[in-house]
Amino acid sequence: MVAPLVEFRSVVKRFDDFVAVERVNFTIEAGEFVAIMGPSGCGKTTTLRMLAGLEAPSEGEVLMEGRVMNDVPAHERDTPLVWQSLALFPFLNARENVEFGLQMRGVEAAERRRRALEWLDRMEIAEFAERDIASLSGGQKQRVALARSLVIEPRILLLDEPLSALDANLVIRMQSVLTKLQRELGITFVYVTHSQSEAFAMADRVVIMSRGHIAQIGSPKDIYRAPANRFVAEFVGRNNIITGTVSKATAKAVTIDGSLGSFTVDLGQHEKPQKGDTARFVVAADLAQISTAKPRRGSAIACSLISEEFIGSVVTLFLEAEDGSELKVQLQERELSKMDLKSAATIYLSWASDQAHYIGAD
Amino acid sequence: MSDNRPLRWFLYGYLALVFTFVFAPILFSVIFSFNSDRFPTIPLGSFTLKWYQTVWNDPDVWEAARTSLTVSLSTATIATLLGFATAYTDYRYSFRLKPIYLGLVLLPPTIPLIIMALAMLAWFAKLGISGQVMSIIIAHSVLTAPFAMAIIRLRLSQMDPSLESAAWNLGASQWSALRRVIVPFCRPAIISSFCLTAAVSFDEFAISWFVAGLNKTIPVIILEIVTGNIDPQVNAIGSFVFLVSMTLVIIAQVVLMTRRKKEV
Repeated sequence: MVAPLVEFRSVVKRFDDFVAVERVNFTIEAGEFVAIMGPSGCGKTTTLRMLAGLEAPSEGEVLMEGRVMNDVPAHERDTPLVWQSLALFPFLNARENVEFGLQMRGVEAAERRRRALEWLDRMEIAEFAERDIASLSGGQKQRVALARSLVIEPRILLLDEPLSALDANLVIRMQSVLTKLQRELGITFVYVTHSQSEAFAMADRVVIMSRGHIAQIGSPKDIYRAPANRFVAEFVGRNNIITGTVSKATAKAVTIDGSLGSFTVDLGQHEKPQKGDTARFVVAADLAQISTAKPRRGSAIACSLISEEFIGSVVTLFLEAEDGSELKVQLQERELSKMDLKSAATIYLSWASDQAHYIGAD
Repeated sequence: MSDNRPLRWFLYGYLALVFTFVFAPILFSVIFSFNSDRFPTIPLGSFTLKWYQTVWNDPDVWEAARTSLTVSLSTATIATLLGFATAYTDYRYSFRLKPIYLGLVLLPPTIPLIIMALAMLAWFAKLGISGQVMSIIIAHSVLTAPFAMAIIRLRLSQMDPSLESAAWNLGASQWSALRRVIVPFCRPAIISSFCLTAAVSFDEFAISWFVAGLNKTIPVIILEIVTGNIDPQVNAIGSFVFLVSMTLVIIAQVVLMTRRKKEV
């Protein structure tokens, strides 16, 4: 069996008393685009820095292609990083920045220059080769930073929130540049971000971290449709999380009683909970439906409309249930325009039974 | 701020006064260095280069100038190296006794010069290296290294902390990251601290006078001339010293400022 490109084996990283990363296990295969996502302080950047050799694990092992990398210093690894601040060298021009890694590898001047210019050309900024870094725009600097990392022809590229300083339009453009690059080069990208839209738009697989732990690993669709726990459900998108107590449990389904009513939900892959346990399930805002009349079949929650939020063709309605909890539903504007919500005293939020997703107690 | 006009004029006036007190004596010294009269009186006599000729032909002054030049260039080199090393240590490493380390490093300029000079003299005498050019260089390096450290430390504090890691990440060992990234980034501060420490050393009198023995620097020879009699050639030497120091200080400022402008 071929060893995976990257493997974290129960890796722990402590800074004095603070545990930044706690027993993390995961693998990354060659050619994958993996996003590590989580709120700030969740350990995602520390994880990336350990991969680059900029932090040493306190416990556990970081392997690359089966080789333990713990003691390999940063400068002996081919794990170039695109920094959040870009960290371009301000005293060098664009071309010299790109040449830096080659120079450190002892590539002779003419060859260095040729390869740097080739990459600047590929990133469509050849005309700025001799310009000072300070005179480049945000997007141009981004491309220089990418060229500087990729010119050494690594098998893996690390990216630490590289798009966070760009404005929204440029972010979308750079996302397509990155995905296209990754596909063309066939190398592994490990992309750290706190932005769900960036992670979901680009990654094949997403690792969600919370307080030093991995909360879930899966494809964007898995994570979006089947959050493994409450943290992921809350962190990812607009989910309605409904909490209650288990009143009946079979091997396949569970009935949860809460202040919003009594609901029966499929267990999916989860273990059967005990009667009396706290349990939660999720109804994604875009899978929920609303109606002004109480549906005859299935579960429904009576609500009143609080506010609505337009984002182009999609509208999010914020509803309040009788117990005061807030619920969300997302639907197409043209669907909404067919309904007369203003005159309705009560709005019913409902869902098809297979679209409620059980997440257990935590 | 516009409603505070009287205050503003007062502050401008105050500033003008400060500059007058600082520069008027120097200006007069320069004027009298071209004045034919032996005594500094107004009205002035005629224009002359006599005093400069006297200085030019005085082998003692030449000897002192050579000593001063050697001392200030060596001091600047040593102090800038030391200053860079201490500033980088402070930037790069964190350790428990760092406040004490920084306190000790920044201490020398706070000690009264006379005390420092006497202590140096006693210490060098014990070591048997007093009265040499080297003793002045050592003493001046101790005195000026903190200035270099402060300037370079300020520059390092403006550096993106990822810059050095980025160099490692691209394959630079610690040593080559220092050489290829830290030093180039600090270059303006290094040049400017070289100029400033050279200027401080060039002007410094007390320590030079105590530890120099027979090796006189320019400030020492100036004092010797004035203690003997009133001689306008002092004005000529003084003007020259002022020119050298100001040039160094201005270079230091310009180098620091143009760099900053470019990076904004």
